[in-house]
Order: sequence, then C-alpha cells, then structure tokens
Amino acid sequence: MAVKNAVYRRVYVWEFPVRLYHWVNAICVALLIVTGYLIGKPIAIEYGNEAYQQYWFGTVRFIHFVSAFIFFFNFLVRIYWGFVGNTYARWQNFIPWKKSQWHEIKEILKVDILQRDVGERISIGHNSLAGLVYFLTFLVFLFQAFTGFALYSSMSSSFFPQLFSWVVPFMGGDFAVRQWHHMFMWFFIVFAIIHVYLVFYHDYVEGRGTTSSMVGGWKFEREEDL
Amino acid sequence: MSKTPSFREQIERSGVSRRDFLRFCSYAAALIGLDAAGIPKVVQAFEKKPRPPAIWLHFQECTCCSESFIRSSHPIVADIILNQISLDYTQTLQAPAGEAAEKSKTDTMKNYYGKYVLLVEGAVPMKDDGVYCTIGGRSAIDILKEAAEGAALIIAWGSCASNGCIQAANPNPTKATPVHEILDKPVINVPGCPPIADVMSAVITHFLVFGRLPELDGQGRPKEFYSRRVHDTCYRRPYYDAGLFVESFDDEKARKGYCLYKMGCRGPVTYNACAVTKWNAGTSYPIQSGHGCLGCSENNFWDNGPFYRHLASFPGFGIETTADTIGTVVGVGALAGVAAHAITTNIRKRKLINKHIEESANNEKNKGEGE
Repeated sequence: MAVKNAVYRRVYVWEFPVRLYHWVNAICVALLIVTGYLIGKPIAIEYGNEAYQQYWFGTVRFIHFVSAFIFFFNFLVRIYWGFVGNTYARWQNFIPWKKSQWHEIKEILKVDILQRDVGERISIGHNSLAGLVYFLTFLVFLFQAFTGFALYSSMSSSFFPQLFSWVVPFMGGDFAVRQWHHMFMWFFIVFAIIHVYLVFYHDYVEGRGTTSSMVGGWKFEREEDL
Repeated sequence: MSKTPSFREQIERSGVSRRDFLRFCSYAAALIGLDAAGIPKVVQAFEKKPRPPAIWLHFQECTCCSESFIRSSHPIVADIILNQISLDYTQTLQAPAGEAAEKSKTDTMKNYYGKYVLLVEGAVPMKDDGVYCTIGGRSAIDILKEAAEGAALIIAWGSCASNGCIQAANPNPTKATPVHEILDKPVINVPGCPPIADVMSAVITHFLVFGRLPELDGQGRPKEFYSRRVHDTCYRRPYYDAGLFVESFDDEKARKGYCLYKMGCRGPVTYNACAVTKWNAGTSYPIQSGHGCLGCSENNFWDNGPFYRHLASFPGFGIETTADTIGTVVGVGALAGVAAHAITTNIRKRKLINKHIEESANNEKNKGEGE
C-alpha cells in the first residue's frame, strides 16, 4: 500500500456561543460595510417624490446604527467567552506569547505564501497566525466602535454613546474621526476577501473540515495527533 | 480714578430710550437662553454693574472677527463693544496711537488687575521666539502672557485664536498656536471664521449677567452655541434623510434646494449656531445661499480639503485620491492575489491533493475488504 491510512477523530472545536458570535458578527459587518459605504457616498436616484414622501437615506443610517450596536455587544460577549469558553476559544490563542506559537506562525506563512505542503501538525483551533490576525482585527473592531459611537454621540442624548464623546476632541474634530472611520471600512472589506479565501484554502490543503466547522462546530484530527 | 459708569448711564448719555434699552435686554436674554423671568436679571446687570474694562489684542489675524462683531444684528448690540464694556485698548478701533496707546493698556492692567476682560483675536506664532508677530517691539507671546496674568476672563475670538485657522494650516511656517495652548488659565473659545456676531455678544452678555464663564464643552466652546451640528439644525436636513442630494451646483436638484452633502458640505461635522441665529440680522447663512458649509469653526478645516468633496484627499497620494480610491485598489489587489493563489495552489499542490484522494480511495477499498 503506497499511502498510509490515517484514522481521524472528530473534535468539538467551536462551541455554540462562538459559532453564534461568528455569524452575527459576519452579518453585522456585511450590513455595516454596505450601509457605511452608502452613507459615505450616497447613490443618486432620480425621482419625482418630495422629501416628506421618502426616507431611504434615514433608513440606511438607521440600519447602520442598529447593526453597530449589535456588532459591539456581540463582540463584548465574545471577549467574555475568551475567558470562560473551551480551550480553543480562550484568549491565549490570540496572542502569541509562547515560542511554539511563533514557530507555527512561521510554518503557516510558509504554507500560505510559499505554498509549501503542510509539514507539521497545525493547531486544530485557530492556527497561531490566524489567532494573531484576529487579535489585530479585534483592535480594529474597538477602533471602529469608538470612532463610530463618537460620531453618533452628537446625534443622541442617550447614556451609552455619550461615553465615547471624548474621542472627538481627542482626534481633532468630527471630520478627522469620520475620515478614519471611513478608511478602516476598507480593512473589513480586504479582511473578508482574504479570510474567506484562506478558510477554503486550508480546508483544501488540510482536509480537516475547516469550512463546515463554523457551522457544526466539528473539526477532525488524526488519531495519533490527539 | 472716577467711578466707572454703568452700561445704562452710558447708553442714556448717548440718547437711547428706556424702551430701546429694555428691548435690547430681552434680546440679550433670549440669546443666552434665558426665559422671560430672566430678563430682569439682564436689566439689573446692565443697569447696576459697572462696565468691566476690556483689552482686545490682535495677533495673526485678518480682523474679520472685529468686522463681524460690529455688525451685530441688534443696533444696541453693536454698541456693546464700545459702551457695555469699556474698551481700553484695541489696535484697530482706538483713537490713541504709539506710546499713548500702549500706556492706556498698561494703566488698565495695573488699575484693574484681576478684573479686566481679555479678548484675543488671532493666533500666536511660537517659532523663532515669536518674531513673526511683534507689536511695539514686543513679541505676541510676551504681550499675551503679560495681559493674561491679571485677566478675570479670557476669550479667544475666532478660529485663529481658538484653533490656529489658516496660519496653522500645513506646514504652519510660523508655528501659529491657539491661545488656550499657551496659557494655563481657562479660555473661552469662540471659533468661526469669523464667529457669528450675535454669538460673540452673547458670550460677553453671559459673563456680565452671571459673572462667570458659560458652560463649556470639551474643546472650550460655550455649549449654548457650539453643542449642535450645523447639519442637525439645517433647514435642508429633511432632504438628507430622504436621500435627495445636489449632484452638481448647476443641476435641477440644486435649484430645488436639496441637501449639499455630496457637494462637500461640512455641516455634518461642524458645531456652530449658523443655521439657528443665521448671519446679518438673521438674513441667511451659507447653505441657505446654496453653498455648502466649509466647517470654518472646526479644527484644521483648511487641511481637510478639497472643500467641494465629501471625503478628504488621502495624505501622500495627491489631491484627487480619496480613501475610497486606495481602498478599491487594495481590494481589487486582494481579489487578484487570491485568484492567483488559488490557481497556483492547484498546480503546486497537485501531489498533495492526489495523495489525499488516494488515501480516501484506499479507505473505501479497505472498507469493502472488511465486509
């Protein structure tokens, strides 16, 4: 027999709160990008209506604000789960504080960029490179939340957005805040492209069910690696 | 030193009737947000309180703040600067010149130490020991610091004094600096290029009536006038919510008076009272005349160009490049990279994939044998 047969066991990697967080987050980010882009660059529609007969731009902004609130609190839940969830959900996965994590980052870079074959065993949860990138993404989440709520604070008298009003003088005015908030929208677009592709790619070269794991929670590991 | 006359004595001397005086007081009360019950307070303040002496300093500026001020909508409001406060020193309006003028300033600073009002118009150049703005042989920094020491109240008039305005625009050759960054005393910022005349007089009225600073926001601006965005008080706001925008200054939509958001209007990022008090006795304000707001009361508004586009140009990439241009290039680049990666994966990993397939086929075969 030319090829050694490997026996795979299934491992419950992503618990329900992690999966729920992921898809709520995905939907929110998609809505925020589409509505955010429209707010920055409204499309020109020709109509004979008077202003009181329509409210589409107001609706677009409303969807943006509602998604933003869900996005932010969903993210807080995920941070909480990083302290109480299973070993794959823990915060330690996101910060490379061990030598072995840096080693894996180098290995993954070889697999992803130089397209080497997968040599060593890759972590079954987030691989170390993915973890680090998600950590940077979380920082961008916070940046977008802070700048977004800061812009929103002048339109709202409620308690929560007012917590962020200090960001505006800190960054030198609404114009600067809006500019940065807009710029980082592109981070999410580029992230989504690369993220989705790399999930498919790793599924393809690892053959461990990476794509479906975010739906069912299961990944597969060679018996000898367990 | 003779007793300083009150404002009422002053205006009665200049032939203003009691009726006009009361009318002015109710106007002033309304401006600073008092209801009818507050009018007597204003009347009392102007009748009884002595007029505080004021020193008005001019540094790096164009005098548009002074010009705006003397065009206050109410005829008596215009007199505030000349009557209500006793303007002891201001380069552009005072009669004396040279040493006589400087003497009146030093006299006021000495005789009314801790009591006078300091009004500053213009930014202060800090580079090269402040040589870029000198008056009477002394630098603006020196003059400002000396005058600020005994001041009861310091007001920074206009964007130059509040945030540097055009002098501080990139590359800021003289290191023009706003007043509040130089002094360690509280400063009221009244930004705008120029600020609205009625807002200027209302800030002084507030001090005269209550004897203390008005409530200020995080950037030192009176909340009464700078807590709301021009956008939120704009009469064209309904067009914004309805998604009806001017696409070009000469189109049908511009004629209909739609929202100027896409023409680069800075209303949504500008905090000022323009849409409420308006200008020139409530006649109009920029957006009403069909031109977007330039955001002249905001920090760095000169550097946030171009004025006629919603997004600023991306630093370092030329004037026509916005964040969206860069983003599109990077996004398309990512898509192309991903596509190229997918293709090379199938070429370079053919062996690996074949191995996986073979492994899977073996499993099937073993399963068959086992049965």
